[in-house]
Amino acid sequence: MEQFFFYMFAIAAVVSAVLVISVRNPVHSAFYLIVCFLQVAAIYILLRSPFLAAVQLFIYVGAIMVLFLFAVLVLDIGREQFRERFHGQTVPALAAIAGLFVVMGILVVSGKITAPLGPFDEPALMKNTEVIGKSLYTSYIFPFEIVSILLLIALIGAVVLVMSGQGKENKG
Amino acid sequence: MPDTSTILEFILIIVKAWVIAMVLFGLPLPLTWLERKIAGHIQVRLGPWRVGPHGLLQPFADMIKLLMKEDIVPYKADKLLFVIAPLLAMVPAFAVFAAIPFGEKVLIPGLDYELTLYLSDMNVGILYILAMSGLGIYGVILGGWASNSKYSLLGGLRSSAQMISYEIAVSFAVIGVVMLANSLSLVDIVRAQGGNILHWNILYLPVGPVWFFIFMIGSTAEINRVPFDLPEDEGTLAAGFHTEYSGMKFAFFMLAEYIAMVTVSVLAVILFFGGWNAPFSIPLPIPPIFWFMAKVAFFIYLFMWIRFTLPRYRYDQLMNIGWKILLPLSLVNVLATGLMRLYL
Repeated sequence: MEQFFFYMFAIAAVVSAVLVISVRNPVHSAFYLIVCFLQVAAIYILLRSPFLAAVQLFIYVGAIMVLFLFAVLVLDIGREQFRERFHGQTVPALAAIAGLFVVMGILVVSGKITAPLGPFDEPALMKNTEVIGKSLYTSYIFPFEIVSILLLIALIGAVVLVMSGQGKENKG
Repeated sequence: MPDTSTILEFILIIVKAWVIAMVLFGLPLPLTWLERKIAGHIQVRLGPWRVGPHGLLQPFADMIKLLMKEDIVPYKADKLLFVIAPLLAMVPAFAVFAAIPFGEKVLIPGLDYELTLYLSDMNVGILYILAMSGLGIYGVILGGWASNSKYSLLGGLRSSAQMISYEIAVSFAVIGVVMLANSLSLVDIVRAQGGNILHWNILYLPVGPVWFFIFMIGSTAEINRVPFDLPEDEGTLAAGFHTEYSGMKFAFFMLAEYIAMVTVSVLAVILFFGGWNAPFSIPLPIPPIFWFMAKVAFFIYLFMWIRFTLPRYRYDQLMNIGWKILLPLSLVNVLATGLMRLYL
């Protein structure tokens, strides 16, 4: 039963992900990306991480994609730009894909990213949020703080960019 | 083969989901009538009067009108998204109620079976509700864009900016409540407010009332009601994002909007007003669900009252309130709540 649901969500996720990059209209692309995120959230629930699923919905689908759509609607990317798909980046893109596959292959063959085989005990469902909170603020406090500093820098950077643009407008 | 209790459980879940869906589908009928009646009386007129006694059958007349109307898809509209958008607005509004508790367990007399008055007690319940109610915005944005109309597009854009700005304030208010209850589960949040009125979060002085006002202002903006109904500002934008919608598609948007109002009222009751707990102990056997419904009804009335009392904010004022008042206030309040939880 669970496997059936997994395949259902996984296939929907992959199909919508392919549609994101293959449809012509940027708004449709954004729409399929939302669908893809929803499927991923469903898979998180199958993996017994309701907190992660809710946050995925809340942050990615609820906030980031709204801003994405907002930008797409306001900027109104010209149709000519969309006719050409790869913007002359075919060779670097193919090289990057090949590189990724090689690295993944090496990792899988050397057994670095394969999950341990055999029966596994289901992670506890009840204390999900507490477990994440505790590990974030104890064992992973350093990366967590680094990420928050990165976000702060991005925030300040965005403000600076907007402010400098305004200055020029006022002078001109 | 699953045993009988599992099957019974399964059937009960389906029945509960069905009952909730039916109630939600039916709810806009009395609510539209109530809204018009309240509007009428606030503006010193009678409101609906002609269809049935006191205009009670007016919603049915409206429903028949909406069903009979021609369903127009504008020229050069994006067909797929134009049709999907009302559903995108409506489905999340219903999905929210999967996590909302209406009461504790009730013993069915005779059957000797304990019925829980909620579909599921998720341990991330409040996050799920925030996430789901946030999804409703896509109906507004995509519907506005797909209509191929300037008014609709501008209405959709305004909505998205407004939602993003005020969702932060609402989330902070919810964080405040979570800090008070030590749990993300709505049932636990209500249990933490057990006892009389003094245990309710609204009376957790001095931070409780501040959280409540942040929550109310933020969620009024999120459900696009006066004084924050800029996405459908009829003076400048015709009808905003649903300018081009007619017939049942328009009705779906309205349905979603009314359900969102009910959701916010229910959340205000659960988060701040003790859910189904009685305000003080009364020797009469009043079922908890009665208190719950009474409080929710009061908040629904409050929203209608506000609608016909306050003028609409300007767009820059809206942004100022969101970013320059509610957000800093929430941050200070998180700190104050944390200190109070630690040292009191």
